Amino acid sequence: MALLEVRDLKVHFDTEDGVVKAVDGVSYSLDPGQTLGIVGESGSGKSVSSLTVMGLSRSRDARISGEVVFDGQELLGASNEEMRKLRGEQIAMIFQDPLSSLHPFYKIGKQLAEAVRVHRDVSKAAALDRAAELLGLVGIADPRGRLETYPHEMSGGMRQRVMIAMALVNDPKLLIADEPTTALDVTVQAQILELLIKLRDELDTAIIIITHDLGVVAQMADDIAVMYSGRIIEHAPAQTIFSNPQHPYTWGLLKSIPRLDVARDEELVPIAGRPPSLIQRPSGCHFHPRCPYVREAHKTVDPDLVAVPGPADHQVRCLLPAETRERLWAELRSGANPEQAKERVPLPEEVARP
Amino acid sequence: MSASPHEGHGDLLVEVRDLVKHFPIRSGLLQRQVGAVQAVDGVSFDIFRGETLGLVGESGCGKSTTARLLTRLLDPTAGSISFGGRDIAGMSRRELKPLRRDMQMVFQDPYSSLNPRKTVGSIISEPFIIHEVEKDKAKRKLRVQGLMEQVGLNPEHYNRYPHEFSGGQRQRIGVARAIALKPKMIVADEPVSALDVSIQAQILNLLRDLQADLDLTLVFIAHDLSVVRHMCDRVAVMYLGKIVELAGADELYAAPRHPYTGALLSAVPVPDPAKARASKRQILGGDVPSPSNPPSACRFHTRCPKFVPGHCDVEEPLLDEKAPNDLAACHYPLTDEELASDAIQTAG
Repeated sequence: MALLEVRDLKVHFDTEDGVVKAVDGVSYSLDPGQTLGIVGESGSGKSVSSLTVMGLSRSRDARISGEVVFDGQELLGASNEEMRKLRGEQIAMIFQDPLSSLHPFYKIGKQLAEAVRVHRDVSKAAALDRAAELLGLVGIADPRGRLETYPHEMSGGMRQRVMIAMALVNDPKLLIADEPTTALDVTVQAQILELLIKLRDELDTAIIIITHDLGVVAQMADDIAVMYSGRIIEHAPAQTIFSNPQHPYTWGLLKSIPRLDVARDEELVPIAGRPPSLIQRPSGCHFHPRCPYVREAHKTVDPDLVAVPGPADHQVRCLLPAETRERLWAELRSGANPEQAKERVPLPEEVARP
Repeated sequence: MSASPHEGHGDLLVEVRDLVKHFPIRSGLLQRQVGAVQAVDGVSFDIFRGETLGLVGESGCGKSTTARLLTRLLDPTAGSISFGGRDIAGMSRRELKPLRRDMQMVFQDPYSSLNPRKTVGSIISEPFIIHEVEKDKAKRKLRVQGLMEQVGLNPEHYNRYPHEFSGGQRQRIGVARAIALKPKMIVADEPVSALDVSIQAQILNLLRDLQADLDLTLVFIAHDLSVVRHMCDRVAVMYLGKIVELAGADELYAAPRHPYTGALLSAVPVPDPAKARASKRQILGGDVPSPSNPPSACRFHTRCPKFVPGHCDVEEPLLDEKAPNDLAACHYPLTDEELASDAIQTAG
C-alpha cells in the first residue's frame, strides 16, 4: 500500500484580485523509501501542494478539496489537533532557509529536545541524548558540544544539517524537503544531498524533494513530477524524464539550462514569455502562450494528464499526438532548435475555426 | 610575474595587480579596529578587450568584492587597477566620473537595483543625464526607446514603472541602463541567479548577443559553474579572497589543476540520472573558514584532499602555470592520472 496517496488535490485562495488557483488537481502516490522529485518554477504550485499535505496551508481564505491519505488516514479532514500530532512525528519538513527556520534565541540542543518532547514522554536528559545522537547521524562533529551553540554560531550548511536532524528526530515515515539546498553553496549542497540519500537508504524514509533544479532531482529522485500553473504536466521515472521527456515545457527546461556534460558552445534555447499568473490563467492548455508547437485547437481544449504509450509509467498533459512528440524530441535532442524541429516534423493540420 | 595566459588574446583592457580589500572589524566603546575581513587578499589578473572573464567561487570568496573594486564602487586597501592604461585604484570620485561611462555594472537583484518610483524611461535615461551626453529631451527619448528595443523590451512601455515588469524584464532594464553609454566593459554580478530557470537563458543569450554586437568586454560573476562555462572564455576560481586557478574555460573544465576546482566541478549536480548516479563524487568536508581568520599559507589546506602537512600550511603556493593556458596556486596540482581516474568527474 502506498504511504501517501494524493488525489485531485485543489488549493484555491480567495484574494482581493480574484481566486488564486495555486494547486489545481494534483494526484500522485508515494511508497515507503521512495523519493519523488517535484520540479517547477516559482508560482507553479510545487510548495503549496506539499504544505497542504502537512496541513500548513489551512486558512480562512483557502479552499482545499481532494484527498490526501497518509498511512491509511485521511488528512484533509483531520482536525488541527490530529495534524499537530502527525507533524514532526510521522511527517517532517525541511525548508529552504535554515536561518529563518530555527529560533535565534534558543540553543540548538533545546530546540531539538523540544521537538522530541512534543511527541514523546521522555525526560529532558533523554531528549538531549536523542538530539546528540541525531546531530552525530547528520555528520556534525562533537554533537554533545554543539547542543550548547546558537544558530547564528553555525554556517549555513551546519544549520541545514540541524534542520535535517530536527526533522528526523522522531523517525518520520515521510520527509518533505522544500528547496533544501537552494540557499547553500555547491560543495555544501553536495554534502547535504549525499546525506539525504544516505539517510533515506538507512532509515527507509520516503522523501518528497521540491526544487527548481533538475540536477538535484536527477541525482536522488526515483520519480519526477514537473509542475506548471498549479498542475502536474509530466510525471515519469527520473530516467525517463531526462531520456524521453514528452512535454514541450519539460523540453524547454532541459534545453534552457547550461550543463557541464554537453559541448561548451551548445546554444541555450530559452522558453519564450514567462510563467502565467495563477489568477488569470490561459485558456485551453495553460502552456499554449509559450509553446512553440501550439495549434489553434490547443487554445481552447484543456488537456488531461494521460498515459504515454510504452513500458514506463509515464504521464503527460499535452494535446500533440504521441508520435509527433516522439519525433519533435528526437529532433531537439540531436541539437535542432524548436523552429528547425517544426520544419522537419509536420504538426497536426490546423482546423479552420467556425 | 605573468598573471594571465596570453595565447590568442588581443589588447589588455584591465590589469589588476596585488589587489587587496580588507573590511575592518570594529568593537568596543572607541570602535577600535580589532581585526579585518580579508575579503580580497592579493589578486592579480588581466582582462583582454572583447573577452568574457568569469569569476567563480562560493559565498565569501571575494568575487563580488572584486567586481565592486574593478568598477571602483569600493576603494581598494592596496594594489593597482589599470583600466585602459590608467591606474584607477587611487582616483578620486571626480577623476573617476568620466571613466565611469566606460565601465558599467549589472546587478543580481532586479528588484532592488531599480528605483521603484521612477519610470523605466527615466531609469534608462539617467546615464545620459549624469554624463550630459544627450541634452535634447526628444532625442534622448528616442535613444532610450532604441535601447529598450535592443534588449527586447517593448518601447511603448517607456512610461511604466518597474513593478509592472517581471524579473526577467527588469533584468533587461538593468542591462539597457548598463549599455546606454556604450561602455567598454560590463561587470555582471550574478545577473541570472534571481531569475526563474526558464528565464535565465533569455538573459544569458541577450548578454552574449550584446557582447558580440557592441564589442563589449564582459566580466561575468556567478556561483553556478555551468553558467560560467557557457558564457566565459577564461575563468578565475576564487577561494577565501585568493585566485586559486585562472585558466581558459576549455582547459579549466576539462582538466582542473587545483584540487578546489576539481571538488567544485565534481559537486555540480548533473541533470542526467544515469551519469549522476554512475559518477563517484568527490565531496569536500567541512565549511569555508572565516575570511577574518583564514588558514595559513594555502588557504584551502584545511579541506584539501591532497594536503601535505608541513608544506601546504607553511609555504604559500604561487599562481603559476601548471599546464598550457592554466595557472593554479597549488604545490600539488591534480595530475592527468588523477583526472583520468573517476575521482574527479569532468565534462571533457
